[in-house]
Amino acid sequence: MRYAETGFNLEIDLSRGSIDKVETDPRDTELYLGGQGMAAKILFERVPADVDPFSPDNLLIFSTGLLHGTPAPAANRTVVNTFSPQTNLMSHSLFGGFFGPELKYAGYDRIIIRGKAPDLVYLYINNDKVEIRDATHLRGKGTTETGELIKKELNDQKVQVAAIGLAGENRVFMASIDHNHASAARGVGVIMGDKRLKAIAVRGTKELNIAHPAEMFEICQDIHLKMAASSGCGDWMADDEDDSFHHNHFAWGNARKRIKNYWSDELQERWTRWKYDHMDRQTGCYNCPKKCRNVMSWPGKPRFGYKCFGKDTYHMAAFLELDFSYEILGIAQEYGVDSYATPQVMAFALELLEAGILTDKDFPDMPADSRGRFFYLLEKIVRREGIGDILANSVSHAAKQIGNGAEAYDHNTVKKFEQLPIKLGKVNPAFFLMLATGEKMSITQIEGSFPQDPLPTQEERDEFVKKWEAVPDDKFKEYFRNWKKKSEISDEATCDIVEWNEAMHYIDDAIGTCGFVSSFRGQFGGAVPYHVNNIPGIIALATGMEMDQQKLWKTAQRIRALVRAVNVRRGLRRKDERPPEDHWAVRNEEYEQNLLSKYYEFKGWTSEGIPTRQKLENLDLGYVADDLEQRGILKIDASATAGRPSAETVTG
Amino acid sequence: MTAGLTTKTVKEILVDIDKCTGCRACEMACSAYHATPRYSSINPSKARIRVVCDEINDEYVPIRAGDYTPSECNGRHIYTIGGKQYSECSFCGASCPSRDYFVEPDSGLPLKCDMCESVPALEVPMCVKVCGAEALTYVEREVKREEKEQVKRGEIEIGLESLVKKHGVQAVIETMAQISKGLKP
Repeated sequence: MRYAETGFNLEIDLSRGSIDKVETDPRDTELYLGGQGMAAKILFERVPADVDPFSPDNLLIFSTGLLHGTPAPAANRTVVNTFSPQTNLMSHSLFGGFFGPELKYAGYDRIIIRGKAPDLVYLYINNDKVEIRDATHLRGKGTTETGELIKKELNDQKVQVAAIGLAGENRVFMASIDHNHASAARGVGVIMGDKRLKAIAVRGTKELNIAHPAEMFEICQDIHLKMAASSGCGDWMADDEDDSFHHNHFAWGNARKRIKNYWSDELQERWTRWKYDHMDRQTGCYNCPKKCRNVMSWPGKPRFGYKCFGKDTYHMAAFLELDFSYEILGIAQEYGVDSYATPQVMAFALELLEAGILTDKDFPDMPADSRGRFFYLLEKIVRREGIGDILANSVSHAAKQIGNGAEAYDHNTVKKFEQLPIKLGKVNPAFFLMLATGEKMSITQIEGSFPQDPLPTQEERDEFVKKWEAVPDDKFKEYFRNWKKKSEISDEATCDIVEWNEAMHYIDDAIGTCGFVSSFRGQFGGAVPYHVNNIPGIIALATGMEMDQQKLWKTAQRIRALVRAVNVRRGLRRKDERPPEDHWAVRNEEYEQNLLSKYYEFKGWTSEGIPTRQKLENLDLGYVADDLEQRGILKIDASATAGRPSAETVTG
Repeated sequence: MTAGLTTKTVKEILVDIDKCTGCRACEMACSAYHATPRYSSINPSKARIRVVCDEINDEYVPIRAGDYTPSECNGRHIYTIGGKQYSECSFCGASCPSRDYFVEPDSGLPLKCDMCESVPALEVPMCVKVCGAEALTYVEREVKREEKEQVKRGEIEIGLESLVKKHGVQAVIETMAQISKGLKP
């Protein structure tokens, strides 16, 4: 019997119209847990490195986390992986809500989709009954609208639906996949659209078994109640009306301009009124007591839900106020576009117009005001009309296509992906490394466990570390106690901190827990309900596998190295690992490159950022090393292959 | 019918629909608590509490499984509460043939909330315990009521009544007569 997981994949080939239920190997669960970990293994094994993201051979994988459907609170984030046409690397995306747990109750750990349907279809999963259904009548429908229509059509309100909107149908690179008011960003909607898959509807009424149920229930119950009572987890932006942090520090427009004293009491009062006059309620995701999502009805616009910085991106890109974000978010959500990347593409286009690289002819009939222009550009992009057809390929690709100096305005991307609009003074070493080497494309998916800022006094720092349960090792307490100025911290500490920050995301994204109660939240206060010291016990109780802190840490590193290998095979190298040149005002190339080299070495990667055979073998990834050597990506050298028979004969 | 006033403790779960966030932790916990052996499996579709959830129309209503009703209602009303429309089904806790709330998914048998009173009884029902949003609260009220003589109905009576419901009284009488003819006293 399998515990915490169902032990089955659902394999769909949209070209052939085939549907298979395939049993999985429990040994893989031991090594890769689930979620992104298992998806990386599947992508490594089944998608050859030269497959174009738009090829039918590209896979689109919807994964549950290992703890989805168990009593573990806030284990509900569905993981979506594929290869992205924007970065040509592995896309990693997540969305909250109810989809993942429902899929488990239907009897599947993940859905693996290959091929392309001849025309729009949707997938209907009702326990063992799985159908590929016609969706041509849903063409052009909004994301939540599609969910509603499918529920009506199936006469079942309890079906969970994930769908693309017009943007995904038109293969807009910034297209998202939306489930109710939760959204999978970072380049996955484009592939769902390319596969002509409008939506997936899931209903599950089966049992999920737990290895040590009573003990697990008790521990989870305790975490659940602590979460509910704690202000140290969840999205504080759902309730905190003081948003001076983003508005005074993040850059406006095309990640261009900081307005340091933007925030005021008067503005806060006005914005608070806008919010509460139009907010229907706050909602949560499956089995989580936090209510991170604000659901809004803005007059004359579709109802929408937002969380976190998603409320600021549009109006900051457009140099407007919160009411503009409220106006456009409902429409953008129905079209299904990434609210982090899309406003940057639009602001980029308007900068090119201002600079004369694009002209009025490129924007026929565009209104003169910023508000009108953003609505205009949204329509052009999701329909791929006129200039929208170029802009729909994201900032980096559009800049290349437009040429004529446009590349200089592509100043906020890493690995061709739009980054948060942060332009600061001095380099924060850990953030330099995370931005450079991250493969989840957004800093929000990499940062999070070690505090962003030092505390001002020694007493405060000492007090902080006393209550710090989340640390994987006491050395982090020492790092923090001795940390006085943001930019002054040893390279050794920086490497450790980056590894810890990233490891927690790799754990969350394998077991399905939400960053707001785990990997993302520790940086703002330290006290998180889930950490590397209590997660192993929960995994052991849920699955019956042996698990401890050391083993979990190694598992996180294994998945990390595998993702790196997947991307290295597709060409990722050191030259790609550069934060935007103007991310910080004061730069020191020598120091940064030196730090990057140290980090590569610390990770067991070559000077080009490729995991070495020794490192891969230590992580039980010998087969990956073989593959990289066969392709000539890793050199077969005697010192690195010690222990293998052939090497022995050479050295002997 | 006789006798004076007695007090009885009425146990209730109060629902504040404005506080419900739709997380369905109550469903998870209920299904775990009522699994055999206890907590051994999770399956919200077997829960005796359901969040009637409609994100698009902003409806979030937790309802508990009440008695089985043999037929669906004739008139289903729409109520407007706080400017929002709710169908009567959003509030009705009956296990009902017209919808799949509170029906055991495999056997089709009705499910019923027992207030977690099975042995050993919980002080507070499981769903209330896990409701972080505090949409569910548990109350015990003392109510005075006139004591009525309890009429205990026998198995035969209940069985016959259901046969009558299904086939009509005439058919049951005729069949009884038919059968009794062939029986020795």
